[in-house]
Amino acid sequence: MMMLGLGSVGLVLLSLAVQSGHGAQDSAVWSREETTERNYYTRYHNMSEITAWMEQMKRENPDVVSSMVYGQTYERRNITLLKIGLSSTVRKKAIWMDCGIHAREWIAPAFCQYFVREILRTYKTDTKVNEMMKNLDFYITPVLNVDGYIYSWHNESTRLWRKSRSPGTGGCTCYGTDLNRNFYANWGMVGVSTDCCNLFYCGTKALSESEAWAVTDMLGKMREDILAFLTIHSYGQQLLVPYGHPNTSAPNHDELMEVGLGAAMAIKAVHGMDYTVGTSPDILYPFLGSSQDFARLIGIPLSFTFELRDKGEHGFELPEDQIQPTCEEAYAGAQHIITYTHDKAFYSYAATVTATLWTTLLAAWVSSAILL
Amino acid sequence: MGWTLLILLVVLTVVHGNPTVMVRTGSGPTVGFDQHPNSVPLGEDIQTTTEGESEVVEEVMTTGVLNPSHYPARRAATVVQHYLNTRYGSPYRWIFLSTVHSGSAEDVAEMGRKYQLELTMQEMISNVSGQCSAELFFPGGEGQSAPQVQASCEGLHQSNTTAQEEAFYQQHRASNNLVSGNNIPDSYGHMEPSMKPFWQLGGVASSFIMLRESNESTLYNMAQVANFTQLETEKDQLRFNYHVLLHEMISQEIIHWKLLVTWSPEQGVQVLQTELQPKCHHCEAPPNTTN
Repeated sequence: MMMLGLGSVGLVLLSLAVQSGHGAQDSAVWSREETTERNYYTRYHNMSEITAWMEQMKRENPDVVSSMVYGQTYERRNITLLKIGLSSTVRKKAIWMDCGIHAREWIAPAFCQYFVREILRTYKTDTKVNEMMKNLDFYITPVLNVDGYIYSWHNESTRLWRKSRSPGTGGCTCYGTDLNRNFYANWGMVGVSTDCCNLFYCGTKALSESEAWAVTDMLGKMREDILAFLTIHSYGQQLLVPYGHPNTSAPNHDELMEVGLGAAMAIKAVHGMDYTVGTSPDILYPFLGSSQDFARLIGIPLSFTFELRDKGEHGFELPEDQIQPTCEEAYAGAQHIITYTHDKAFYSYAATVTATLWTTLLAAWVSSAILL
Repeated sequence: MGWTLLILLVVLTVVHGNPTVMVRTGSGPTVGFDQHPNSVPLGEDIQTTTEGESEVVEEVMTTGVLNPSHYPARRAATVVQHYLNTRYGSPYRWIFLSTVHSGSAEDVAEMGRKYQLELTMQEMISNVSGQCSAELFFPGGEGQSAPQVQASCEGLHQSNTTAQEEAFYQQHRASNNLVSGNNIPDSYGHMEPSMKPFWQLGGVASSFIMLRESNESTLYNMAQVANFTQLETEKDQLRFNYHVLLHEMISQEIIHWKLLVTWSPEQGVQVLQTELQPKCHHCEAPPNTTN
């Protein structure tokens, strides 16, 4: 009797331990894998590693992750995105996120990797993430400026490269166009340079760069479906809203500011970091031809540029021990925007119709009650 | 009819998120993609002039009360940061702007522009914060003239660095073991702990250049100490050659400077010589690399 009692207590304890082990992933069986995985997301990774990681994400999550090559860089490398979402028979709405349009901003691709890992890790257990995975597809490009990123990994002297790697033309011998000045959004007018040696060189014409063309092509095809466009940069701790031209406001400027300020609050709640919110001409400098402006111009209502940590102490060379906290806070900010976008799309219509019909029914019941 | 309505209501309330119908408020101009929708009407008070090949938008200088989160206040506040480092910085004291609380700017007739700012500054190593009131003057007119700054701060000096500075000074004073280093921080943001005070010293020394070079259209930070070499101690001052990379945010340029720096706990940081390094254009050509 005693043995039976002890045995059953032991069984209960064991099952509890195993369950909590699975849930918290801190029991001995899981800890080494988890530690290794945790270490991965606290380091910077070169392009080969990121490419291999994308394959791994597909392999480990075949039901929800697929990839798409949607363009080529100047040096003929693939530009690849991960499409993440629960499969559906109906056409789905989308969230777009791209990282690493400027090569030296290494924390940005690190964030894209973190974001992907986080939604894959939580969508089965977190009801909100699950709902969003059901209703939306996430289109995430971990590295957009592949040539520039690879160049920035070459050695210490190339680490601070910013632009693409296309050569100058017309006797100008410097390399690279600023991809974020090359979009067809009032291209070439403000905050740019026509000198190919300049860091803001906007290219020979709009969409002269195949990388900018690839994004433009995808956004154009998906225009009806994209609810939010997020492009990730560093540094400065800012959330930028369109437009880059002074004295020109987006039609939903108030909404953009409100959502942006909400995201900044969500960011601050994680590790206390302040992120400033505003249009680029207000809080940074004016410039045109950006991907963010292009997205807003073709009708994507919520278009944000994230400038991640820090505010200048390390700048582009953010220490690896800050990758995790930076990603955690940026994730909270991104989720605030995505949740707002999702709920606005999927709750406001149904709620309006439901409320109307309930009111109608009530009126009909009341009037029929009176008549009877 | 009533039953149909009731069933419909129940169904609607239960089944949320009908993705095929959506009310999208505040969406942008509906334009065919082929038509290139990109003309955004210019504001009326923007003057565009043609300078060479590109158009330049004249920045309208804000006068009066400044929005603390907008760039004019931020840029001016960063100049105050550089000033404070030239006055109080050391290998163990490096000050950064934390918050702009308020500010104002005004034109000073034909001479330049004056700013007044209320700021919080933070000392990076001890994490001590202090409230500062500052006045800056950006001289106008031809020629590059450094901004003039006055600032008074409360609380910043609470960090007691005397012991660390003295130990560091004594450790490196003798000339039989001259130190050098490079790429601080490295590409991964990493630096050896023994290099950290030299990084901080480099940042403080860079502040002399950043202060001198600043105007209302610049925002400087030190990106990296490319290398430094300790020289023989002279007149009780530690001496170093530094090669630093400065990041200027408004142009996004990385600017190379060489400096001759001296330091002692009594004399503080002095910069004896500065030399701008030319930008290397031929360094941009593709290396033979496969990845």
